[in-house]
Amino acid sequence: MDGSLGLIARMPVLQVDWGTLVSVNLPTLLFVVVGVPLALVGYIVGADVLVRQLPKRSQPSVRPWVWVGPAIIFVGVILVYPMVGTIVRSLFDRHGSTFVGLGNFTRLLTDGGILIVLRNNLLWLILYPGLVLLFGLLLAVLADRVRYEKTVKTLIFMPLAISFVAMAIIWQFVYYYKDPSEPQTGIVNAVLVNIFHGQPITWIQDTRFNNFALILIGVWGATGFAMVILSAALKGIPAELLEAARVDGANEITIFRRVILPLMMPTIVVVGTTMVIFALKAFDVVYVMTAGNYNTDILARRMYDELYSAGNNANASTLAVILLLAVVPVLIFNLRQFRAVEERR
Amino acid sequence: MASVTYEHVYKRYPGNTVITDMNAEIKDKEFVVLVGPSGSGKSTALRMLAGLEEISDGSVKIGDRVVNDVAPKDRDIAMVFQSYALYPHMTVYDNLSFGLKLRKTPKSEIDKRVRDAAQILGLEPFLDRKPKALSGGQRQRVALGRAIVRQPQVFLMDEPLSNLDAKLRVQTRVQILKLHQRLQTTFIYVTHDQVEAMTMGDRIVVLNNGIVQQFDTPQTLYEHPVNLFVAGFIGSPAMNFLTVKVGGDGQAILTGEGFQIPVEDRILSEAGASRGQEVIMGVRPEDIKDVRFPGRDGLPKINSKVEVVESMGSEIFVYLTIGGKTLTSRMDPRSSDIEPGQNVQVAIDSHHLHLFDPKSEKALVSRGAPAAAVPAIAEAQAQQVR
Repeated sequence: MDGSLGLIARMPVLQVDWGTLVSVNLPTLLFVVVGVPLALVGYIVGADVLVRQLPKRSQPSVRPWVWVGPAIIFVGVILVYPMVGTIVRSLFDRHGSTFVGLGNFTRLLTDGGILIVLRNNLLWLILYPGLVLLFGLLLAVLADRVRYEKTVKTLIFMPLAISFVAMAIIWQFVYYYKDPSEPQTGIVNAVLVNIFHGQPITWIQDTRFNNFALILIGVWGATGFAMVILSAALKGIPAELLEAARVDGANEITIFRRVILPLMMPTIVVVGTTMVIFALKAFDVVYVMTAGNYNTDILARRMYDELYSAGNNANASTLAVILLLAVVPVLIFNLRQFRAVEERR
Repeated sequence: MASVTYEHVYKRYPGNTVITDMNAEIKDKEFVVLVGPSGSGKSTALRMLAGLEEISDGSVKIGDRVVNDVAPKDRDIAMVFQSYALYPHMTVYDNLSFGLKLRKTPKSEIDKRVRDAAQILGLEPFLDRKPKALSGGQRQRVALGRAIVRQPQVFLMDEPLSNLDAKLRVQTRVQILKLHQRLQTTFIYVTHDQVEAMTMGDRIVVLNNGIVQQFDTPQTLYEHPVNLFVAGFIGSPAMNFLTVKVGGDGQAILTGEGFQIPVEDRILSEAGASRGQEVIMGVRPEDIKDVRFPGRDGLPKINSKVEVVESMGSEIFVYLTIGGKTLTSRMDPRSSDIEPGQNVQVAIDSHHLHLFDPKSEKALVSRGAPAAAVPAIAEAQAQQVR
């Protein structure tokens, strides 16, 4: 692997030719700036005029549909239709001509390569939400007790503002491997060699560690998000409640376990399930760091590969459906929990 | 059961002293109220005793033990918070038993104490409910119950009634007093409401700007306030204050704008006020009297104009102007014929006057009590504290 320097060198230099941009895109620009609002206003006014033609009594039952109509159409066209299409394709062969029932599923789920993918997804599913929650909670609680809380929280939140691709490049530096005869420039190996006097490890390639190394990147990216939300929940607990517990005879650990944690639980569950969904959707880190090599592939990336590289609609759709089936229960649980949190307010 | 002692206690925040040299000796089984306007440091004083605020200087003792560095959980106190601070995720039963469970009290004992407390407070039907499903008054009782089951040496209450409506507040006030009689434990109670303080406290600590103004029984505070602040804070409606000049030949006369009140020389000499000196005269509303009724014949009549009349049924508050200043008078229902805009004659009983030094705001004489007695009271307290 030629490393991150090569990768940066391959990136195109950003050049903006304003003249071309404006001349070419001016009609488009005008259409967007003027046309779209005009169309919207036209729709609203026109639809309302039409609704008013109806008898007075049926107006209230019709009007809501006029308003949600566009949204429903959009959702139908760009969400429901593709979803149904995907499910249908997963039941046909790769040319989309022969119906194979669940054949794609049985074939894929017995394929050794896919089993490793599923194992990796399981690792992501357990470790990513778990670690994000653990670190997020720890940081939220600790940050709450320091004077420079805002600075700490800003620093920890910052990775969230970085795109996953940029994040992956940063971590290529962190995990950088050089031959043991040379000085290590990657920080992890530098620490490993210079402080613990170990042998440098190819973190990205070594199948013993690479999945964990990749998951850690994701965790680093999402911990700030979890911390901010958990911190808000923590601050929502009235100070008098903790004082009452203190007077009641609880020490700090007991207060955390018996008062703070139960009160934060609904928020923890929401953050946790959101992270589970993130874990199932994980794609970019693996795509950039290993492209799925060295036994690090995961479902979403494999699906992309099947679709764009192999052009195998059947396999891609089948993987998409497997992902969908895994996400839906979590999604439903998450929505319910979210509603429960809202109700508690 | 234990006494509580504040010895030269200070609470300082950077650039701000909240409590200055607080001294108070609270006896075992006493019901003491800390009262003062907001920002007077009363809650801080209580929280220092609870161990929720650090003590900057001086020492706080529970019984004979200095508790400055003792964690709240080891102080053997229980506290009722203004917001009740019930654990929202626990049932009433668990809220009550939480402190006992932490102290590893045997299960049967916990159950007994919880049921006893629930019975005293009428919480038995609600033991399985969560706080959210209770009314404000019920939550308040759970908060009380949580303190009771602990059987602490000292009960601390931080404005426990301020979130209740007026009627419930009066009921709960009585309930807390009954509880005090029943439990025979030291109670320390913080409130901003002087009526609550007067009705509940065996003794009252009046605080202002973090300084103890006076620490005495409600009656003494009312009759012998040591300074202008206490005089104005205790009593409702508040005491009236007028600036007067000492004058007269032969008999001493206090002259204010639009009125003169002859006083006995004795009172002036006790106050140490010389003729020509300006003093602040304090008059309780009930000492401004309608002259039409018997027993007031000897008193000099003062002309006044009625501004507003508030009838309470059993008594009437009449707001009068004398020489451009508005005074409040508390009259009995016989004066109910008084109407706004009317001119009435009133009398001020000179035997019930309070005189204050305008500069130091200290009491020179109060209610005709020997002036020397006032500093003596203050000193006696100081002695007692040391």
